[in-house]
Amino acid sequence: MFKFPKIVLAIAIGLSFASAFAQSTKYPGVGRDATPKEVAAWDIDVRPDFKGLPVGSGSVAKGQDVWEAKCAQCHGIFGESNEVFSPLIGGTTAEDIKTGRVANLTRTDFPGRTTIMKVATVSTLWDYINRAMPWTNPKTLTTEEVYAVTGFLLNLAGVVPDDYVLSNKNIAEVQKRMPNRNGMTTAHAMWPGKEFGGTSKPDTQNTICMKDCKPEAKVASFLPDFARNAHGNLSEQNRMVGQQKGVDTTKPEGSTGKTSTSAPATSTAPATPAKAADGKADNKAVMALLSKNVCTACHGIDKKIVGPGFNDIAKKYPGKVDYIAGKIKSGGSGVWGAIPMPAQNLSDADAKLIAEWIANGSQK
Amino acid sequence: MTERFNSSGRVQKAPENFLTPAGVKTVFAEGKQGRRDFIRRAFAAASTATAAGVAAVAAPANAWAQGNPIPTEGGDPNILNLPAHATGLGQGVATEGYGKPSKYESNLQRRQSPGLTQTTQASVSFAPLQSLFGIVTPSGLHFERHHQGWWDIDPSKHRFMINGMVKNPKVFTMDEIMRLPSVSRFHFIECGANTAVDWGNVAVPTVQYTHGMLSCSEFTGVPLITLLELAGADLKNGKFVLAEGGDGSAMTRTIPMSLITSGEVLVAYGQNGEMLRPENGYPLRLVVPGVQGVSWVKYLRRVEVGDQPYAAKDEAIHYIDLQPSGLHRQYTNIQECKSVVTTPSGGQVLLDKGFYNITGLAWSGKGKIKRVDVSTDGGRNWRQARLETPVLSKALTRFNLDWVWDGKPAIIQSRAQDETGYVQPMYKQLRDVRGTRSIYHNNAIQSWLVQENGEVKNVQVS
Repeated sequence: MFKFPKIVLAIAIGLSFASAFAQSTKYPGVGRDATPKEVAAWDIDVRPDFKGLPVGSGSVAKGQDVWEAKCAQCHGIFGESNEVFSPLIGGTTAEDIKTGRVANLTRTDFPGRTTIMKVATVSTLWDYINRAMPWTNPKTLTTEEVYAVTGFLLNLAGVVPDDYVLSNKNIAEVQKRMPNRNGMTTAHAMWPGKEFGGTSKPDTQNTICMKDCKPEAKVASFLPDFARNAHGNLSEQNRMVGQQKGVDTTKPEGSTGKTSTSAPATSTAPATPAKAADGKADNKAVMALLSKNVCTACHGIDKKIVGPGFNDIAKKYPGKVDYIAGKIKSGGSGVWGAIPMPAQNLSDADAKLIAEWIANGSQK
Repeated sequence: MTERFNSSGRVQKAPENFLTPAGVKTVFAEGKQGRRDFIRRAFAAASTATAAGVAAVAAPANAWAQGNPIPTEGGDPNILNLPAHATGLGQGVATEGYGKPSKYESNLQRRQSPGLTQTTQASVSFAPLQSLFGIVTPSGLHFERHHQGWWDIDPSKHRFMINGMVKNPKVFTMDEIMRLPSVSRFHFIECGANTAVDWGNVAVPTVQYTHGMLSCSEFTGVPLITLLELAGADLKNGKFVLAEGGDGSAMTRTIPMSLITSGEVLVAYGQNGEMLRPENGYPLRLVVPGVQGVSWVKYLRRVEVGDQPYAAKDEAIHYIDLQPSGLHRQYTNIQECKSVVTTPSGGQVLLDKGFYNITGLAWSGKGKIKRVDVSTDGGRNWRQARLETPVLSKALTRFNLDWVWDGKPAIIQSRAQDETGYVQPMYKQLRDVRGTRSIYHNNAIQSWLVQENGEVKNVQVS
């Protein structure tokens, strides 16, 4: 006799909970639950405690193959290149691996700071390679390739041996050998919350002084004369009307300004749009294509960057439009140096347009 | 007349079609016969005006200079000779469905600093601060920072997901996000690397390149807390949030939950009254007031609630601050109080001695600007500047100061203080603590040298 009302009561409570939950939803009809498959597709982050790291492994040897095919053209064969991005590898020692502090970071004369000198957490490398590499085709590496390439980089830095196979099982051990693992501090006043403890006191304390605050100021640093026009003609970078004009940096200092007899005509007329009829539009279109497909990261017009200059290609293959277009599409290696050019994903028409432009002497 | 003016409260209908097609025909016919001369003259004037307009575009460069001497011939030709725009027919409405700035303003452009980066897709462009007014940056001049190139994403296909420490992981469409109650707030966004190139020495000529990774907009969106509550987020144990972008770089940053529960952090789609521009994250970005721009994740696709920070690439490899000890400060997020004079500033030339309005911008990631002082003698003596309204929290504040230039060299500086009492430091004070290799968060006092010839130069003073 007692049991029945109890069950009814339980159901009643259950129902009232359900309806209370629905009513407490302030914005009915907005948003829906994500499916597990959807969450899995997007939830790719890996934390320093390796939460989110997928099961898998990859060898240093496999990493070297992947590296040469997909990474070296931007980062150099040894991750040392500074041509497209900052160097990844270099500047760490076996001693750093012991201490967990990169000694070169205390030197003011050491040139540059590589990724491996700075990064404290191996998860950061894995996560970034997985989410954003290769740069022109992010998220196309397999889990094995990500492990392998991460392992290869760590091998270049002397963190793991040549025959190492990096995996979700041993990555925590690798963390204990990261050269700069003890190189970070959160003790500062520039985190907006209290989550890290830290400090809330700013590290500089200037005061408001209004009169005779310091001796007469002396200029200690200024832009050298040779850099006067390094950012282009500054007269064209200021408004044409107003209480001041831009300095005409194509002229030596002092040739403009109040010393001139007439009103200083330092500005020029607005830039005229590129003319369509005189062939310049074609160059402009090619330039846009080169930029869009990141060709100019590796090729200069008349200078070698990672790959040959366009003018050098024209000298070697004069008029061979189809050949050049084919090479753009298929990629290649060994002709101009050790670093391969990856196959480029662009339309035949675009490849041909670029190839014609290269074969005809590549002018801006 | 009495009839019309007595009928108060009624809007008079404007006369329309007061000439019938037959009437028009008649007028034209009469015009051709010379009886209605004025019509021909009117049309002739209109076509002349068009030709004159073309000529004006091709005018010589020095037409832009504005000497204002006392006229010798009895008057300024700009006054005596009526120009085309005073005597001709202008353009019709909606000639530009989405208007553009005057062609005479084409010198105002976002610009790259040559040699700063090797590719345009992982690069920055700087806003032309030297030519902006007030506190709002025009959306088309807002600085850009891309990590893997920008995209113009179809908003109907864009999705926003919340997962992690939540009761129910959720997915929202843009339509759904825009149904929620929205707020609009003015905030500055500054890249943590703004002014980085001048950490050690003067390296660039103008305020565009020294301070131009700075913009301020009115952002419209939904407080992130509203969306987290919809997903049933664990606001007690979930102390951190990961924000993730939907573009190739899939930019990720850790945001403290305390900033989100305060209601400040927005999931924004609007900027200056229009949708976000593609270069600034269309259709959805995070707005994290007071915090460096890299945390304002563009093309926002996902927010994950967690109990630990994430050490993403841009908070473990970049945007870390090297101290003289060799330690890096990590999770340095707040943009501390800072200001800069934008007029006069580097790369400009003052036309003659006399009155000038010194003007500039001040901002703090910790709240409102309390005061700004300006020095014209390199920091020896200071005068308090006028703060112009509005003075908003974590937004740019415009300041002005009257100045009569005597034609002698002057070193102009500004020094801001925020509502916490913090005073913008001198270079020496910053370097005494952080050395010269810190790259990020350079908020030191800027100096501009006005030379006797009127040229203004970027300098640092002892």
